[in-house]
Amino acid sequence: MAWGSIRTLVRLAEIAMQIKVDPSVIRQTRWNEYGIRFLFGGLITAVAGIIAKDFGPGIGGLFLAFPAIFPASATLIEKHETQKKEEKGLRGTRRGREAASVDAAGSAMGSVGLLVFALIVWQFAPSYSTSIVLMGATVAWLTVSVLIWYVRKRV
Amino acid sequence: MNQILIRFLVGGAVVSAFAIIGDLLKPKSFAGLFGAAPSVALATLGLTIATEGASYAATESRSMIAGAIAFMAFATCVSWVMMRFELKALWVTICAIPLWLGVAFGLWYVWLK
Repeated sequence: MAWGSIRTLVRLAEIAMQIKVDPSVIRQTRWNEYGIRFLFGGLITAVAGIIAKDFGPGIGGLFLAFPAIFPASATLIEKHETQKKEEKGLRGTRRGREAASVDAAGSAMGSVGLLVFALIVWQFAPSYSTSIVLMGATVAWLTVSVLIWYVRKRV
Repeated sequence: MNQILIRFLVGGAVVSAFAIIGDLLKPKSFAGLFGAAPSVALATLGLTIATEGASYAATESRSMIAGAIAFMAFATCVSWVMMRFELKALWVTICAIPLWLGVAFGLWYVWLK
């Protein structure tokens, strides 16, 4: 068991070492770009509630996994990566497109985690405390997503 | 009306928070995981359980499974198209939204209705 725990820790350290935080992106992003994502995020959350009220939770629930801010985020990634290349005097259009494509591939992997999140809430929400179920489901989303990303990267 | 406003504000904040985390991270394939974060669900399910009850939220979550499968189809399609064709991200993502709608409602009709 101890050996298993050590191996898990080593794997987690390997994953952590591959991930970098780049705070310069915060300065590159304009306030209106943050505003657009807030607006779309807020709108889809409100609309999901309205749809559930009017058409029932069966239809409303579909929109809990709606790609609300995906167009805004993909455009932002494309723009930032293109700008980075152009600052070095290179044409960045292709690089920008590829970065947005890779980000979307990551989201496809993350959607398996999203499915696990939904499965856990569906199964456990009626019997356990809300905060515990939502916390557990979020941890499961992150764990499954990161594991799939890690396995995909190694294959 | 108040509840819609609360949903809007909480949803905007949670979705933005996950989007900023995604912006900060590298490599991009890892950051992309946060594009599929359960942000709308987290913003809305707590409130739904408090107002409508746990079984209502469970029904929503069951449908969310179909939404997540549709999300996978949507993101895979966007990634594939952007890697192969010289098209702007905004157009590709907007044009792929009918795919999400088709898969989500198709699964709902076949499996959940």
